Amino acid sequence: MTPLKSDYALEVVNLKKAFGGLVVTQNISLAIRQGERRLIIGPNGAGKTTLFNQISGDMRPNSGQIKLDGTDVTRFAPYRRAHLGLSRTYQIITLFTGDTLEHNVTLGLLGLRSSRWQMWRPLSFYGDLATEARRVLDTVGLLHLAAHPVSDIAYGEKRRVELAMALAQKPRVLLLDEPLAGLSNTERSQVKSLIASIPRATTVIMIEHDMDTALDLAETVTLLNYGRVIVDGDRDAVIADERTREVYLGV
Amino acid sequence: MKWIAASLLAALLVLLPLVAGEFYLNLASQILIAVIFALSLNLLVGYGGMTSLGHASFLGVAAYISALLTTRYGLGHGPAAIISILGTTVTAALFGIIALRATGLGFLMITLALSQVLWGLAYRMSDVTNGDNGIAGLTRPMPFGIPLDSPASFYWFALIVTGFAYLMMAIFVSSSFGSTLRGVRDQPRRMAALGFNPWMIRWITFIYAGFWGGISGLLYVYYNKYIHPTSLSTTSSAEALLGVIAGGSGTLGGPAVGAALVLLLKNYASAYLDRWNMLLGLVFLFIVLVMPTGIVPGFSKLVARLRGGSK
Repeated sequence: MTPLKSDYALEVVNLKKAFGGLVVTQNISLAIRQGERRLIIGPNGAGKTTLFNQISGDMRPNSGQIKLDGTDVTRFAPYRRAHLGLSRTYQIITLFTGDTLEHNVTLGLLGLRSSRWQMWRPLSFYGDLATEARRVLDTVGLLHLAAHPVSDIAYGEKRRVELAMALAQKPRVLLLDEPLAGLSNTERSQVKSLIASIPRATTVIMIEHDMDTALDLAETVTLLNYGRVIVDGDRDAVIADERTREVYLGV
Repeated sequence: MKWIAASLLAALLVLLPLVAGEFYLNLASQILIAVIFALSLNLLVGYGGMTSLGHASFLGVAAYISALLTTRYGLGHGPAAIISILGTTVTAALFGIIALRATGLGFLMITLALSQVLWGLAYRMSDVTNGDNGIAGLTRPMPFGIPLDSPASFYWFALIVTGFAYLMMAIFVSSSFGSTLRGVRDQPRRMAALGFNPWMIRWITFIYAGFWGGISGLLYVYYNKYIHPTSLSTTSSAEALLGVIAGGSGTLGGPAVGAALVLLLKNYASAYLDRWNMLLGLVFLFIVLVMPTGIVPGFSKLVARLRGGSK
């Protein structure tokens, strides 16, 4: 691994995004250390996904700064951020439904390899890509479905393919947007242990509503409301904070 | 089974001049040219999700450059062909930069507008292009000293080029790059998040499609020994698009079948009907209603169902 340039895997400074008069993120600042497990919580419409979209580059902030491992990426296109080690999953499952699971994960691998530009050689000739894709599918427990198209598999399994695509890239910073949404209890614990097993070289930032499961995975928690950071800090401190109870737990 | 069918088809195509008369051979040559053109358009429409109504630009540019260089400037066919293909590829690169500012309907309209500009130039810049009279009196090249003036020799020449073009485009769509192109068609946002540059992927594809469009344009001008502004009109772009969609966009065989169908209809129906376009429209309507994904995917589905039913 190349030496780390910054103590922080991800820094967000005074990030502001407004759609017309509607301010969705308002001066959000975050500093997330290398290897940290951060949970982002907040009621619906708090600006969590908008924050993710700005970090991943799908949306441009109106002002503010985003730094990945010390590099200012605020104006970088999404694909350049991916090459700097940023990877994400989507709240709404975004997979290539007509293709096999193996092909989906292969695309994840290909994204960071120069062979993605190769146009004179069939993809099937790259045996190492297929082997690696199957290895990643094995880690999420879906190797037996590798040859099936995504449209054939169950919702919970699709969630795991989303994760597999991101994990295949061995990202430095991984953004998980509601990875547990819509899962059954069994699936939940499967995905939970999967997230828990992500190596420490990867910093994990997760949006999740299921507090019971997500809090176990988190070390630090950020609470957003109306596009602002309300509380930010160690898990237990944030849970104990009165403002958290007020905004989120409704107690 | 698939290989046997493919070999039989290949043998039939190679041996066609031994059984077919001049009329049919010439028709077959025209179909081959249309097939290359349709395959190249299909890279955009089928695999890239970029529906273009201006693809005839590249056929026309290649044909006009070759025609002008060999007549007006007295160049040999070899250098003229190279310059013409280079020129077409550069044109595609420039057009791509303009058209790919948009996707979907916007992209379609820009390609249409750009092709109309070229068509207008071909029509109005008559001191260069000879306007509505077109450029006549062209010759065919003699690759390795072999004259291509007989229908059979030209057919074989076109067949070799088409075979090569088919192979190259088949490899292209099955390659890593081809996979990323389909990915960008289906989920551009996800592809960008995975590290792919959607714009660059579309642009390279646009240029590659323009290149093969240019190759078909060269064959076209060699075959006809004549070029007229209609060849780069919207009508000829639209006809090719019709063929691609009718045959089955996003498949390798579909556009070939579609292109052949359009050309056959044009040749046969126009002999009996003045309004052959109406017939083409009706046939297209029928295909869209009965097999919305196109002839080739439609038939494979039908065959699969029949096989499943007989079990």
